Amino acid sequence: MSVRVSSHDNPDNPRRTDSREWLQSLYRDYQHRKRRSRRVVLFTQLSILLSLILLWEIAGRLKWIDVLIFSYPSKVFAQIWKDVLSGDLWPHLGTTVLETAAGFLLGTLVGTLLAVLIWWSPFLSKVLDPYMVVFNSMPKVALGPIFIVLFGGGFTAIVMTTLSITVIITTLVVNSSFNEVDPNLVKVVRTFGGSRRDVFRKVILPASFPAIVSTLKVNVGMAWVGVIVGEFLVAKEGLGYLIIYGFQVFNFTLVLSSLVIIAVAATGMYQLVVYIERRLIRER
Amino acid sequence: MDPVIELQGVEHVYVTDREAVLALEGMNLTVQPGEFISLVGPSGCGKTTLLSIMAGLLTPSRGRVLLHGRPVTGPDPEVGYMLQQDYLFPWRRILDNALIGLELRGQLTPERKESVVQLLEGMGLGGTENLYPSQLSGGMRQRVALVRTLAAEPDLLLLDEPFSALDYQTKLQLEDLIAETLQARHKTAILVTHDLAEAIAVSDRVIVLAAGPGRIRKTFEVPENIRLTQPFYAREQEGFNELFHQIWKELEATERKEGT
Repeated sequence: MSVRVSSHDNPDNPRRTDSREWLQSLYRDYQHRKRRSRRVVLFTQLSILLSLILLWEIAGRLKWIDVLIFSYPSKVFAQIWKDVLSGDLWPHLGTTVLETAAGFLLGTLVGTLLAVLIWWSPFLSKVLDPYMVVFNSMPKVALGPIFIVLFGGGFTAIVMTTLSITVIITTLVVNSSFNEVDPNLVKVVRTFGGSRRDVFRKVILPASFPAIVSTLKVNVGMAWVGVIVGEFLVAKEGLGYLIIYGFQVFNFTLVLSSLVIIAVAATGMYQLVVYIERRLIRER
Repeated sequence: MDPVIELQGVEHVYVTDREAVLALEGMNLTVQPGEFISLVGPSGCGKTTLLSIMAGLLTPSRGRVLLHGRPVTGPDPEVGYMLQQDYLFPWRRILDNALIGLELRGQLTPERKESVVQLLEGMGLGGTENLYPSQLSGGMRQRVALVRTLAAEPDLLLLDEPFSALDYQTKLQLEDLIAETLQARHKTAILVTHDLAEAIAVSDRVIVLAAGPGRIRKTFEVPENIRLTQPFYAREQEGFNELFHQIWKELEATERKEGT
């Protein structure tokens, strides 16, 4: 018994070096397996994408599908390349991205302010409740024509359509996160004589900060819906406009290339928000 | 000497949609400066309500609360409140958590900040100033909560089961630390607890409350030899067990009466 204890304490003890090596080899194996599984997943993902594109290309070239309607990848990418080079694409992309960014930033901002207002005044909260329910259940896109009549056919009407989609859901999510803050944290501030304003600034807002940032993420997706639909209805510029235009002149290569660009831009924007979220909440 | 806090015929009623419930009835209590008082009793005896009233968070439905002879109208800088758990703000660093009280009162000066840093140091929390609460153990966090309460320099401390969420060893250590700190600073304290041994070990008077409605049932004076001993060793003092059994019987009698 005592022999074992002393051999444990001895740093030159062979058993101990053994066990260190053993742990290290286990760790190496684990890392190796993890890297390998990541590579396999990535490879499978890429294979699926490439084979779908390839299948689409072959189907188009061999006329298995109607090329006029479905086009095929090389035509779509040629169209994108041409628009990129000629510069035709940029104003459309710029307009749409600007509208989306404006829509989701404003939506988050206004929605959060509304949530603050409702938190501040329980009376207002009770009064507004049925209106919020009705407005939230309504398909907001149906309001599009009204926004166009009100704000004219352009940037403002499209941003308003987007805002109507993002604002209420932001209010509801942020307000419920306000209400979920541990009342004991509020009590801490109150025992020090803090006012309702102190409670909000020192507890409610910082505690709900992650929720507010995560509504940004939800709103990015929603804002794209609002902008594209808005552009369908009214615009003379933008990716939604390109889709409708391509549809009307029966240029489906244009429609599909716009879709590809939307997919890329929307993903990029989403990733940007994810990155910002990580930067903002990383510290805790 | 003038009492630190005085309750005169305090009664409190909670009104809900369904009914009005009498939570506290005819509470009279006088606490002298430097006294350490424990409140024990079954759940529903209104301990937390009583503390909230003394802290100025609740206005009693009837009766008066006097703090140094002045009626209490709201949270007062003279009163510090320590909750069942630390409730540190997870988004604030330890030092910022400890400073919240001074910050809320607009009393944050470089000198006061320095004294809070030293207070942290004195509690064995030196070097944790820039950490977040999630990086500390439960006992350390509760010590930060104590510093947060003491930083505002209250005269009277209300302790709402501050040890209940800790493991036994940490709890014993913290009892000693709190008893020592409060004594050194000549603070008055009112402790709510479920732990009879703890109540006897740390306090000068143990008050047994009865439930439904909450009221004072009996007050026990802790003998001097126990009172003057550090809480950890007080448990070995002569007369400790006898007192424990007396209070225990009283509590049992309270609960039996409610059962019938």
